[in-house]
Amino acid sequence: MTTMLRPLVIGTLAFLLVAGLAPAFPVWIVSLATLAFANALVVLGLIILWRAGLVPFGQALFYAIGAYAVALITRYTGVRDVFVLIAAGAVLSCLAAFLAGLLLARYREIFFSMLSLAMSMILYGVLVKTETLGSTDGFGVEPPTYFGYAPQGAMQLLVLFWLVLAFGAAAALLVFLYFRSVAGSLAVPVRDSEIRLEFLGVSVNRLIHLNLMIAGILAGIGGALAALSIEHVDPNMAYWTTSGGFVFVTILAGAGSVAAAFVGSFLFELLKSIAYDILPGAWQFFLGAVLLITILFLPEGIGSVFARLRRQKPQSTGATP
Amino acid sequence: MRQRAYPPTFVLAAGLSLGLSLLAAGGARAQEPAAAIKIGFVTFLSGPAAAPFGIPDHNAAEMLVEKLNAGQVPAPYNTVGLGGTRIEGKFVDEAGSVADVVTQFRNLVERDHVDVVVGYVSSGNCLAITPVAEELKQLTVLDICGTTRIFEEKPRHYVFRVNAHATMDNVSAAKYALSKFKDISIYSGINQNYAWGQDSWRDFRLAMKNLDAKATIDKELFPKLFAGEYGAEISTLLTSNAQFIHSSFYDGDLEAFIYQSAARGLPQRIPLVLTTGESSLWRLGAKLPDGAIIGARGPHTFFAHDSELNTWFHKSYVDRFKEQPIYPAYDLAQSLFGLKTAWEKAQAKKGGARPTTEEVIAAFEGISFPTPSTMVQMALGNGHQGLSDTAVGTYKFDKAEGKPEIVDIVRYPAQCVNPPADVDSVPWLEGGMKGAKCD
Amino acid sequence: MLTAFAILTDGLVYAAYLFLVAVGLSLIFGVMKILNVTHGSFYAFGAYGSAVAVGIYFERGLPAAGGFLLMILVAMAIGLILGLVLERGLLRLVYGKDEIVVVLVTYAAFLILEDVIRLIWGAGSYALYQPLGAAGTIDVGALVLSGYDIGLVALAGLIALGASFAIKHTRWGRLLTVVIFDREVAAAFGINVSAVYTFTFIVGAMLGALGGAVMAPKIAVTLGIGVEVIVLAFAVVAIGGMGSVGGALIGALLVGECRAAAVHLMPQVELFVIYAVMALVLAFRPQGLFTHAQPRKI
Repeated sequence: MTTMLRPLVIGTLAFLLVAGLAPAFPVWIVSLATLAFANALVVLGLIILWRAGLVPFGQALFYAIGAYAVALITRYTGVRDVFVLIAAGAVLSCLAAFLAGLLLARYREIFFSMLSLAMSMILYGVLVKTETLGSTDGFGVEPPTYFGYAPQGAMQLLVLFWLVLAFGAAAALLVFLYFRSVAGSLAVPVRDSEIRLEFLGVSVNRLIHLNLMIAGILAGIGGALAALSIEHVDPNMAYWTTSGGFVFVTILAGAGSVAAAFVGSFLFELLKSIAYDILPGAWQFFLGAVLLITILFLPEGIGSVFARLRRQKPQSTGATP
Repeated sequence: MRQRAYPPTFVLAAGLSLGLSLLAAGGARAQEPAAAIKIGFVTFLSGPAAAPFGIPDHNAAEMLVEKLNAGQVPAPYNTVGLGGTRIEGKFVDEAGSVADVVTQFRNLVERDHVDVVVGYVSSGNCLAITPVAEELKQLTVLDICGTTRIFEEKPRHYVFRVNAHATMDNVSAAKYALSKFKDISIYSGINQNYAWGQDSWRDFRLAMKNLDAKATIDKELFPKLFAGEYGAEISTLLTSNAQFIHSSFYDGDLEAFIYQSAARGLPQRIPLVLTTGESSLWRLGAKLPDGAIIGARGPHTFFAHDSELNTWFHKSYVDRFKEQPIYPAYDLAQSLFGLKTAWEKAQAKKGGARPTTEEVIAAFEGISFPTPSTMVQMALGNGHQGLSDTAVGTYKFDKAEGKPEIVDIVRYPAQCVNPPADVDSVPWLEGGMKGAKCD
Repeated sequence: MLTAFAILTDGLVYAAYLFLVAVGLSLIFGVMKILNVTHGSFYAFGAYGSAVAVGIYFERGLPAAGGFLLMILVAMAIGLILGLVLERGLLRLVYGKDEIVVVLVTYAAFLILEDVIRLIWGAGSYALYQPLGAAGTIDVGALVLSGYDIGLVALAGLIALGASFAIKHTRWGRLLTVVIFDREVAAAFGINVSAVYTFTFIVGAMLGALGGAVMAPKIAVTLGIGVEVIVLAFAVVAIGGMGSVGGALIGALLVGECRAAAVHLMPQVELFVIYAVMALVLAFRPQGLFTHAQPRKI
């Protein structure tokens, strides 16, 4: 029990610290962090799946569903309450994950990745063809209200940031607990040897289906929060390069630690901003170089730094040979 | 044995210090001579849209900032910078997802504290940053993107667009095609399958319906953006009986389409109407058969009215970059000259003191000013959207000189091919284009 | 009637394009189990190299046949250099790590190479139009076929045949088959798996560069052409099965014909076609069409 308590306390303190310091940070860092932490939720979902040895290239499907759910509601109804919006995004992406999972859970390895990609690209195609939704231009998202409170000016950004932080903290806690639950711990044996698990009486397909749904909900909430942060949705949110970006951050973060999803996501956004700023025509080079260096020197991702410093045996980190 | 656990805090501290040092760096940058006027120029510096749009736009920006700061621009723009104050340009790449673009916009405003943002080629990006500009109260001049939705969805206060939107491109192209090809009963279209292509086709189709009710559509093709391989589409068009083919293709897609279709004899058999073809003429050269109808999204380059300003702009650009300016360069020039006019008007009103954003906005609304292409008036969108005439012509490759030419140019006054100030574009087109004043 | 014929020929041409682009990727994935994102860079480098070198060749007014040969030579040279540099310099360092990490390394390399292209060739676009004109046309009623397209189909067929022959009847081909089937057993038998890897990667790189080189006359060679190609290649390989040349061919034909039919008959679905085909095939044959059944390892 004490092994759980320490990271929990530190994690809570970290979130509170960030929340408290937010007004003191420059505005551009706060808006960067808002988007980064929204994306971190998607990354959390990917970490869950990666521990089971699966890397979907189509999480953008649920991300886009969550985002468009929020956008469509604010566009066609008068509903603005942020919790209703996010709940709608979560429910819809949960449903989509359930349906997609019926097919997807039977696949492994590269075929899993490609089928997942195919699904998100089909959604992309549908959105592009829908001219009423602006096709590739997308459309705007109205600012939300929080139980009736409508923040103005600088508070708009801060309140949204605190909201994203709250969701992030809740997700981090739940995923942290999940990893230590039976269902969560079974992910690693799935990756190592499914047959043995089947012989133990566990339905691997059902387990993967469950993981897919969790990842799907997380991605949907992440998409909903991202839509509120950017105030715009477009079909590109379902495109494979968006999924690729999430996978990128996931590998960077490593599969061992929940905190790494947030730190990794934030660092990625920060890196991108720096790249755009100092190397306007060569930011891809910069990103590629940083990624390469990280992989070569920190092959198990940033999370391994946490694990290594903890000086315990790294628990089921991603790249066990 | 329990290990002392400061690790996560350690990493957190590391992260914080990283962040703080970045803050310091950002802060230091923002303390540049407060006197200079900071303009953020955002356009495609990488990716497939760099060659046709981003680079000409960027080049024009770089050149004009330099010339303005040296006071070398002809009248009425011969004051240094804007109203005597130097311009400091910051160039940002528009490439990336919408999230990246919005983030970079926020960085320009909140981290770099620019006075004005000029740019955005992609309509999707324009639509995304407009509400953010309004929220952050940032004066922004959109450049090149053609969607009509910016000012038709909602009135805007901080956002301006000097370049005309895309409706007039297709209305004028339709008029020209009908006057040039007699007795049109069938036509086809090939446009990219995304908002720009879909909107262009919609505008063209509606304009054709208003101008020639008996014309029918044979094939409407929508290949993927950047598809690059059009074999099947070309076969389809070859076996159709269209009398002309409309396309809003640009750049790489246009060039690929021309190479592939010309090799199979398509444009020689069925004339092409290329609403934004001007941007590729210098690269296509003799590969584009004579007789194609060409638009330039406004009276730019070949269509520009003669003026000292135009001659100067054209010559300076060619001297500096050793290549011809295409319409995105002219678009940028229009945006910058419009901004300059507004800024100086506001400054004069204040007796020479540096104007605030609100004062520039007040001065910008509704003004007219000369540009290298033509006169522009901020007449639509409550004074925030520019209006100008346009022109369409026919392509001819001058074999003797070895360069492209546009002949049979027809000019269309602004009121002929644009909706009236209080009417939105699509309803105007669907309603029969009422209120259009053509001579 | 003409439409049916047009669909047939268009499908073949598009299939040739897909096959040329995908076969190298299939080979690399089959042997090394690496989803090589840099494949897009091979394509782009091949296209740029071809556009510049062959462009200069045609400017000098030299005979057309030599130009086509030059295209192939340029592609092979580029593939050799790039493949060697990447495999020896980079992939060496990450063999044995988690597969997804290797994919990420290739993705990082791809990002870097995209900007290297920009560094070398600038942001402008290059046109190589002479080969198209030199190849002539064939008229079939109202339909005009480009000689170049026919040449592409022939080239794709040649490569398919050549690759199948090489795999079945040459020593390298047989080594390849063994390594695809089981890497460990192959090593246990004394096969130099490392050399096979290097060789395969270089061949795959050459094929990728060749795809770009022969497509260069049809497209505008500009920044970003590698990106679109990656997903197409992946999709074809997923449909056809990994490491199978025949699979890549059938996959390419399937997608090519479906897409051609869509463009002629139902243009609205053209965007989805490749993904719908992929989803359908995977739904019924989860391992792709031609992957050997893998014995389950306990």
